[in-house]
Amino acid sequence: MIGRGDVDAVARLARLHLTDDESERLREQLSAILSYIDKLRALDTEQVEPTSHAVPLVNVMRDDAPEPCLSADAMLANAPDPQGEFFRVPRIIED
Amino acid sequence: MTTVAVDGLSVAELTEAYRRRDLTPVAVTRAYLARIEALDPRVDAYLTVTADQALTAAKASEERYRTRSDLGPLDGVPIALKDVLCTRGVRTTCASKILENFVPPYDATVVARLAAAGAVPLGKTNLDEFAMGSSTEHSGFKPTRNPWDLSRVPGGSSGGSAAAVAGGLAAAAFGTDTGGSIRQPAAFCGVVGMKPTYGRVSRYGLVAFASSLDQIGPLTRDVRDTALVLRAIAGHDRRDSTSIDAPVPDYAGALDGDVRGLRLGIPAEYFAAGTDPEVERAVRTAIDVLRGLGATLHDLSLPTTDYALAAYYLIAPAEASSNLARYDGVKYGLRVPGKDLVDMESRTRAAGFGAEVKRRIMLGTYALSAGYQEAYYGKAQKVRTLVRRDFDAAFAEVDLIVAPTTPNVAFKHGEKADPLAMYLNDAFTIPANLAGIPAISVPCGFTTAGLPIGLQFIGRALDEARVLRAAHAYETAAPWRGRRPELG
Amino acid sequence: MTTAAASRYDVVIGLEVHAQLRTLTKMFCGCPTAFGAPPNTQTCPVCQGMPGSLPVLNRRAIEFAIRTALAFDCRVNPACRFARKHYYYPDMPKNYQISQYEEPLAEDGGLDVDVADGDRRRIGIQRLHLEEDVGKLIHEGALETAQSSLVDFNRSGVPLMETVSRPEIRSPEEAAAYLRAFRAVLVYLGVCDGNMEEGSLRCDANISLRPRGQRDLGTKVEIKNLNSFRNVQQALAFEVQRQAKALDAGERIVQETRLWDADRGYTRSMRSKEYAHDYRYFPEPDLVPLHITNEEVARMRADLPELPRARRERFVAQQGLPPYDADVLTQSRALADYFEAAVRGMPNPKLVSNWVMSELLRVVPGDDERAIAASPVPPAHLAGLLRLVEDGTISGKIAKDVFEKMFRSGETAEQIVQREGLTVIKDAASLEAEVEKVLADPVNGRAITDFKKGKTVAAKALVGQVMKATRGKADPELVNRLVQEKLSRM
Ligand SMILES: [Mg+2]
Ligand SMILES: [Zn+2]
Repeated sequence: MIGRGDVDAVARLARLHLTDDESERLREQLSAILSYIDKLRALDTEQVEPTSHAVPLVNVMRDDAPEPCLSADAMLANAPDPQGEFFRVPRIIED
Repeated sequence: MTTVAVDGLSVAELTEAYRRRDLTPVAVTRAYLARIEALDPRVDAYLTVTADQALTAAKASEERYRTRSDLGPLDGVPIALKDVLCTRGVRTTCASKILENFVPPYDATVVARLAAAGAVPLGKTNLDEFAMGSSTEHSGFKPTRNPWDLSRVPGGSSGGSAAAVAGGLAAAAFGTDTGGSIRQPAAFCGVVGMKPTYGRVSRYGLVAFASSLDQIGPLTRDVRDTALVLRAIAGHDRRDSTSIDAPVPDYAGALDGDVRGLRLGIPAEYFAAGTDPEVERAVRTAIDVLRGLGATLHDLSLPTTDYALAAYYLIAPAEASSNLARYDGVKYGLRVPGKDLVDMESRTRAAGFGAEVKRRIMLGTYALSAGYQEAYYGKAQKVRTLVRRDFDAAFAEVDLIVAPTTPNVAFKHGEKADPLAMYLNDAFTIPANLAGIPAISVPCGFTTAGLPIGLQFIGRALDEARVLRAAHAYETAAPWRGRRPELG
Repeated sequence: MTTAAASRYDVVIGLEVHAQLRTLTKMFCGCPTAFGAPPNTQTCPVCQGMPGSLPVLNRRAIEFAIRTALAFDCRVNPACRFARKHYYYPDMPKNYQISQYEEPLAEDGGLDVDVADGDRRRIGIQRLHLEEDVGKLIHEGALETAQSSLVDFNRSGVPLMETVSRPEIRSPEEAAAYLRAFRAVLVYLGVCDGNMEEGSLRCDANISLRPRGQRDLGTKVEIKNLNSFRNVQQALAFEVQRQAKALDAGERIVQETRLWDADRGYTRSMRSKEYAHDYRYFPEPDLVPLHITNEEVARMRADLPELPRARRERFVAQQGLPPYDADVLTQSRALADYFEAAVRGMPNPKLVSNWVMSELLRVVPGDDERAIAASPVPPAHLAGLLRLVEDGTISGKIAKDVFEKMFRSGETAEQIVQREGLTVIKDAASLEAEVEKVLADPVNGRAITDFKKGKTVAAKALVGQVMKATRGKADPELVNRLVQEKLSRM
């Protein structure tokens, strides 16, 4: 079953800041959902190919032909912190 | 201001009335806007009403009717769009605080096709945040209420679109269906809702929930309208690699009412314990009607049905966790300040996403993470193959599958607080998404409490015409459409 | 590697090279890939990862990758697909990269590399796949101290081809040689411009040491940011020393990622927590699989141009060039093409080779495809110039000046020679007068005396004087003969 350590590790992977209460509630809920999901174990899928696409399409490609871009203004219009022609982000700590 | 009575008119009736000049697009649009103003505060179907845009489009449409030139198939028809479809210059929120002020610089392909068809956009409808939910209670802004009983949910996630059509707040609406999000609210609200074949309608500009399952479709007053509207939005789009390049039939032209000799499969698993007896009774009665029309009935089994839900709740959250990674406060949407980048991103996502979205992101991330991927996501993809095989085997014997859309009818707000209980509501709609095949929900009666019940037809890939034909034949024989909610 | 470490440890290196493909548009959208545009002007909803946008694969990127795979003798997989690779970084708009994982485009090839002492070794290539590039981060100051950073998404979505070698490289020098050979092939194929300063070719390395004779591989360290041949060699040399020192001292090597700091000349650890590398790959649902048929592969194989190695061998065997010349001339496709075109107009390969190496490459870098193709002295003009030298119309010395003028003006040799009257003076009568003038000049008395005393070299100075007086136009052999004659008669 899923523990608090798992929940916190997954939250870090998913970039979600969780309060203690949230972590605990998620631990309970995810455990319940996963134990329901565990019914899948009953199915033998040893010889079954996975399906990742619902349609049997292959080789969909486009020509290497330029199309108009959007202006920097249009692309920056929704930016929470534009700085001139750039998107600004707070300092990056590599750890 | 005198307003015309519009809420009972179908798309087909409206365009016919425009052509005969009994009604004009501007008058009808004004009437809808007036209804929205008066009634939507009680239903809360809309997140954004685009009155100015609607009137401008209506005037242009009126001019086309005057000159009888360039008339589109939906000319002057007031429609509503689920707020996951990108609209250029009009905010597109996905009912999430994280996109509260997001204004796309481009139109979804469906939105552009509707504009080209002459439709009049009334606004953007409410939903469960990022289309994750079955009640529209998980909107980041407000819950939507069911026009048949305001204390009940309209279903979800396309609850706003279903409620808008049911409440006479739009002539037709568009939703998205990832695990039942068009059909289930259509059933709960007593309207017609269709999920086309995966790839039939372009997903370009649809804000993704689970990319391999999402499909856009119509919610309308009757089956003919679904046929008309679907034709306007379906077809190949070079911007969507998963879009199918196949001709779009004249769906409305195929509605000849003839189901003689049509082989209908009745899957035992869709009538299992847990289904509301009133729902089962109504569906069985409807099936009798179809037999009366000349269809043949065949009992069959879709043995993986019981596992489809579990597989879905791994695949959809896994894809969602990936699709929603982009909301990080860098490029668009909400930003909550933090002491550094990671802190900013984590706080932004914590504040911007609601509880259900967080739950699914966590579940999906877990299902994909090292050490668990094979057991969860990998396993689910294999189960998906089994679900597909079930349908392949069934369609070797029958032409369509007929079943309830949902195990129960609209429930009360707050009634399903347990996430798993809510998920179980999608048990009958999810398999069609996993297999990528078309399915429709049509009203098939009411409970004694007066709540609508939905009948579901499921067909082979790209066989929308046959699904629509059977649904239309049933609808014609058992016209529930006359009954409408009393909103005022 | 000449250090003592070499004798105690085996060095094991694998290189991972990311090459930007020379497509007109990005991998999944129609935005241009041109370098150096103003920030955020070459983006659209797709490459900025806007909600609702979807990728559509660039056919040319696939073709370029297949072509490269064939040049590296890889097996092109009949079915491949794209996958999402997840990690958060602000220059990556979707916070996942569309890449390839379990089913890459091609696998199992190799590249022949010239190693020390004229030997040649084949370095295995494990896999080759396609992915999208990320945007660019500009730090306000150094990354560690910057209070904020700026993002430019112009580069986001540019097609990248990732090629992973097997860990079969045995020294920093070999690594640099591998990268050179690798780059030459890509540039030859026209799939990458090979411009390392602009980041068109980027290299990461895995390196481990193990005591000589030990079977098991040592702990490997990944080094990032090796963006020039020099960097590759220096960073790996530094790392060999660092690891050897640690091992000598009985320390354990930590498996980690280190960054090469070219300015300071050392690698430093990029501390990363254990959870940082869970990429959660899964098949990209927005793209459909690729099926590549044998026929398509065969057609592309037939279309492959002659590769640098084959061409070099042909230059030696057919044109009779020394291996050194052939090496220099095949460093880029444009240069080899130039050489061959010039030889068509002047069928003396060694003469042409000398001129290309000494004159053309003095003014144009041999690996700069664009500059060579756009040279103001096209191959036909060089051939024309050399014909004037061969038939004695102008002297070799004058020809060098003419070449410079041709390069500046774009004119042909004939035009310049005619206008400036640079034709060799072969008229003995007029040259005789010049020779006499020089011999009569008192300043040359000493040279004449020396010659008489038997110092025959003194005649050279006198010939030089005559050449100078005729501004180099005199036929040097004729002048020499006249000087010798006159001196012996004096
Ligand atoms: Mg890579
Ligand atoms: Zn783009």
